[in-house]
Amino acid sequence: MPETAALAAPSILPIWARGVTPVLVAAGALAVAQWLLGDSPFFVYIASIVGVNTILAVSLNIVNGMTGQFSIGHAGFMAVGAFISGKVSLAFGDTAIAAIPESASDQVFLVGSLLAGGTGAALFGFLVGLPSLRLRGDYLAIVTLGFGEIIRVIVQNTPSLGAALGLSGIPQTSSLFMVWFWVFLTVLVARRIANSAHGRSLWAIREDEVAAEAMGVDTTAYKVRSFVISSFFAGVSGGLFAHFVPIINPNSFTFVKSMEVVVMIVAGGLGSTTGAIVAAVALTLLPEGLRSLFTALGGGNADLAQKVDQIRMPIYGLLLVVLMLARPQGLFGTREVWDVLPRWMSRRRRSAA
Amino acid sequence: MSDFIQHLINGIAAGTIYALVALGYTMVYGVLKLINFAHGDVMMVGVYFGYATAFQLGRVARTTLWGVLAIFLVAMAGCALLGFLIERFAYRPLRDKPRLTALITAIGISFALSYGFQLDFGPLPGAAPRAFPEVIQPTEWLVIGDREVVVWNWQVISLLIAAALMVGLQYLVFRTRFGRAMRAVSFDHRVAGLMGIPTDRVIAVTFMLGSALAAGAGILYAIKDTSVQPLMGLYVGLMAFVAAVVGGIGQVPGAVVGALLLGLIEEFVVGYTASSWREAVAFGVLILVLLFKPEGLFGRASAEKV
Repeated sequence: MPETAALAAPSILPIWARGVTPVLVAAGALAVAQWLLGDSPFFVYIASIVGVNTILAVSLNIVNGMTGQFSIGHAGFMAVGAFISGKVSLAFGDTAIAAIPESASDQVFLVGSLLAGGTGAALFGFLVGLPSLRLRGDYLAIVTLGFGEIIRVIVQNTPSLGAALGLSGIPQTSSLFMVWFWVFLTVLVARRIANSAHGRSLWAIREDEVAAEAMGVDTTAYKVRSFVISSFFAGVSGGLFAHFVPIINPNSFTFVKSMEVVVMIVAGGLGSTTGAIVAAVALTLLPEGLRSLFTALGGGNADLAQKVDQIRMPIYGLLLVVLMLARPQGLFGTREVWDVLPRWMSRRRRSAA
Repeated sequence: MSDFIQHLINGIAAGTIYALVALGYTMVYGVLKLINFAHGDVMMVGVYFGYATAFQLGRVARTTLWGVLAIFLVAMAGCALLGFLIERFAYRPLRDKPRLTALITAIGISFALSYGFQLDFGPLPGAAPRAFPEVIQPTEWLVIGDREVVVWNWQVISLLIAAALMVGLQYLVFRTRFGRAMRAVSFDHRVAGLMGIPTDRVIAVTFMLGSALAAGAGILYAIKDTSVQPLMGLYVGLMAFVAAVVGGIGQVPGAVVGALLLGLIEEFVVGYTASSWREAVAFGVLILVLLFKPEGLFGRASAEKV
């Protein structure tokens, strides 16, 4: 559980400014980052992948970590978002708003298609959330897995979505700024939920559903809501993904992708937003880094670069087993990074003490 | 019409194989209340044991009765050992932890096995599908009309083997001391322990039995499908799991009926639409059953206690 005292941390800002300031600061910082680093295609690509995975991990954490409902079909929502927003962008590919510069109009359409993808995914999230009324634990997990796979199979058999070949030619309008601004929004929403009355209800459901219900928590509504919120952001991340990779096909959204995200949040600690971020960044950069390293070394090492991808999955599997045996609560448990920092480094901790 | 009958026969043949795998799910769930996600992958490992044995035996020896028996025995023994190791080192330490930890572990093992076997160094087979050596010469056992309906000998043989294994299992569970211990553990493993039943040993042996059955089923499946690859366990495991749930997980006859049903559904879906839909249909059936009759066809509904 997050420390309640963190809520009472003193702030120098007036109340009306507290909501807007973080957004403005983040937007400013990201604009600077975009200006400094936006020209390097490799860096932008890696940063975008990291960003997409972070959104996935943080959003899945709302369902799996905070609410305690174990969903293992997150890639399905990502697929819904990717294909809906890809289709929307393809449909509006040639249109532009005349009143503003073309690049600005592109961004407007990108945001529109992302919202469409997110909303579509949220609708599916609602559908998947409904069985959680009746199912608990492992059965719910299998049903979410089933939904994810069904979505993939439907895409695979729908010619207008490119069937097995997938969609290509989606305008590549995503940018460092756009991806990481959505990362920021996801994290903001997740943190705000965790520290709100809404979040308390979710934690209560996670700890003991029967007790939560007895205390007057409308467990059904809260569970469905966390599925909807979580899948909205998964859909957006899929939409972003569709706008910086040359082609999206159903094979990018298999059970393997869902498991990657599950490994991230289990490793980071179920219920810890910052833990999810740390794990998502580390588990995305590590394979990419190793691959680049081996490629750069050249010679016989080029073989190893290919092996990195192969060996990633069995290692993830073993990692899950080892984690469950040795540290089932993950790296951070339900604590956030600042809860584990040494006391002198953390303003929040001191105010809590 | 003859089309329909042919699909019916193929469906039943496939169903008997799923039944053997489903029995493993159901037995483990019965004693541990754990969905052993890795069960399908244990089956896959068994198939590779069989594959390796068949190659060691050579072209002639593997088609003799003793050769086939050796293939089955090696695969089943190997898988029993694997099942023992998994239970001992991955599930037993977590037995008193929340059930979700065990589920995550099971998913982890499933991943480690199915993707570990895709690596291609050392004795690992690599990702490419391979042809399973022909251990039973396929001949037509029964032909109706102008080859309108054909029953192959391997279909009959696998039906017989599956039936024998199931009867044996039913006997073991309901007619032996060990079976009684198993049912006691399934009823309440703490109380069973207090009554002097060696709970750990019973659970371990149940795991080994389930894994051995899976290995047998896997070889029958490989004979039917004629090819093996590391991800086969995921699909067969899924079908068998759905079968076990449809029949009512924890119920031996339920698993068999559910598996026959699933085999038929699969065969008709593949026969009359496209094979790419089969997984979606399996999951669809699972979701519908879980939503409307979560205890399955043969199970009894139980209220959740606080």
